[in-house]
Amino acid sequence: MLAFIIRRILQSFAVMAVVAFIAFALFNFTGDPVTFMVGQDATQEERARLRSDLGLDLPFYVQFGRFVGRAIQGDFGLSLRQGRKVSTLLKERLPATLELAFVAAVLALVLGVPAGVYTALRRDSWLSQLLLAISLIGVSLPTFLIGILLILVFAVVLGWLPSFGRGDTVALGWWTTGFLTKSGLKALILPAITLSLFQMTLIMRLVRAEMLEVLRTDYIKFARARGLTDRTVHFGHALKNTLVPVITITGLQLGAIIAFAIITETVFQWPGMGLLFIQAVSFADVPVMAAYLCFIALVFVLINLIVDLLYYAVDPRLRIERLAAAQ
Amino acid sequence: MTMTAAATGRVSRFARWRDSDLAYNFRRSPVTVVSAAVLAICLAGAIFAPWVAPHNPFDLATLNLLDALSPPQWMAGARPGYLLGTDDQGRDVLSAIMFGARISLLVGLASVIFAMVLGVSLGLIAGYVGGKLDAFIMRIADVQLSFPAILIALLIDGVARAVLPRETHGGPLALFVLIFAIGISNWVQYARTVRGSTLVEKNKEYIQAARVIGIRPLGIMRHHLLPNVLGPVLVLATINIATAIITEATLSFLGVGVPPTQPSLGTLIRIGNDFLFSGEWWITIFPGAALVIMVLAINLLGDWLRDALNPRLQ
Repeated sequence: MLAFIIRRILQSFAVMAVVAFIAFALFNFTGDPVTFMVGQDATQEERARLRSDLGLDLPFYVQFGRFVGRAIQGDFGLSLRQGRKVSTLLKERLPATLELAFVAAVLALVLGVPAGVYTALRRDSWLSQLLLAISLIGVSLPTFLIGILLILVFAVVLGWLPSFGRGDTVALGWWTTGFLTKSGLKALILPAITLSLFQMTLIMRLVRAEMLEVLRTDYIKFARARGLTDRTVHFGHALKNTLVPVITITGLQLGAIIAFAIITETVFQWPGMGLLFIQAVSFADVPVMAAYLCFIALVFVLINLIVDLLYYAVDPRLRIERLAAAQ
Repeated sequence: MTMTAAATGRVSRFARWRDSDLAYNFRRSPVTVVSAAVLAICLAGAIFAPWVAPHNPFDLATLNLLDALSPPQWMAGARPGYLLGTDDQGRDVLSAIMFGARISLLVGLASVIFAMVLGVSLGLIAGYVGGKLDAFIMRIADVQLSFPAILIALLIDGVARAVLPRETHGGPLALFVLIFAIGISNWVQYARTVRGSTLVEKNKEYIQAARVIGIRPLGIMRHHLLPNVLGPVLVLATINIATAIITEATLSFLGVGVPPTQPSLGTLIRIGNDFLFSGEWWITIFPGAALVIMVLAINLLGDWLRDALNPRLQ
């Protein structure tokens, strides 16, 4: 048990080290910072002094160690394009991305689970067929096209909803929220639907498949034989047993939602971290890119680590298999 | 005498294909026949674009700014000669789609081939050699699998763009970087599939026989294992072409994909997106529709191929 946990945590550290190294290497590939900082007529001595002031004359591994040390404290330097601290920029953009991801995840669960249950219980109804057909479209349409189509219908043709930005936001300390204003909520609708559609179809298909599987098992037959009502059988027995894999997948998909937010944010010009990253790429704003790279890797590594450890704690079979393999 | 033998040989080969299970299966499924036909039209339009496209969107001499922003033919105010309308510079949308599909298909195919070569080689090595090397390769695969493929492609592409000097962004190097990024993001599936079948195959007698007569590991992998593990890989590759095309379109839409001088479908959608609000919807919707139709046709064909080749379903 302990060995597994230690190995798993070490692996997470290894992944973060590789990502940090790539982020660090980015700085070295984009030219000598000293040339940018001093004027044309700086002497050789001035350059050398600046170089040693910045620690650029130190061996490579010492520089890397310093970079990691600062990165752990959240210090990635100044953005080349905006001249502000990268950590401040990210902190400003974080609420927008997290609110969007949160609403999309809730939407996917609240609509996906009932749709999955319905299509499993009423397999032949026209609504089930329709839902399955829509889910096929949801899987084959790329995210950005869904966004464009929604903008075309609801913003351009009907004019009901805004197509870009976050609307008015309210500041709660350093956190800005769009939940409290009418325009903020309106601006949230289209991006949230775009981001959640793929996850929604995923959850719906998963719940449907699991439900169909569970409904065939003996304990469901037995529950029916006991004379329990359909409602108790379906929701008390069947649904409860399908939810374990659904919760796991949803947990793992949280990272995917934050990743796919890059696309949604670009389509809707949503001022989140994903849009910040895309803008940083087109302007070669290395500090911002490096910070985002480390941030997104950290999110994924943490989510995967937590899910793995939870799985291990919850599922006794995994422990037994490992014991058997060790012997 | 030899002539007739060759002729009958050719005829019988065609006849054999026509009477095979696969071809029978194909004719029986109307959806598959339709998607194959649609895909054939798309492919022909893309491959022969320089000859069959009504205009050359890259030939500046033929562009006429007076024809700019003309709506599709069936709408009022359309200028003649542009079936699906024109964009802001007077480029024919239909021709741009045909030339764009060329780039999209090229990048999609090339990145799938790259991913396949990389994944199959690593899978073969991991499965056949085993031990520490196997553990190392599969651990990397596990880690990569915990990230979405499109995110990996986006990060690699983004990092490469920042590292490479700006002047190369417009050149062929940008295409190679894109193919590399999409390929790297997809090799894991191939490696896992091939490793699984290699583990099964390597204990069979023909491999042991090959080893006994002294063939080197590389030779065994290439001439004995490879042909026997390739079946599922080809099915996987068919479906992955659709994914690769979508990834390419997404990256180009985000502005980190192919250079704007050689617009792919994703780039066309990105350009057209700016005109959505002024009412010129056709500049973005038609390339989008072309992308969806192509991807859907490939997906349906891939699904059919998977079921048709699956012995458990027959």
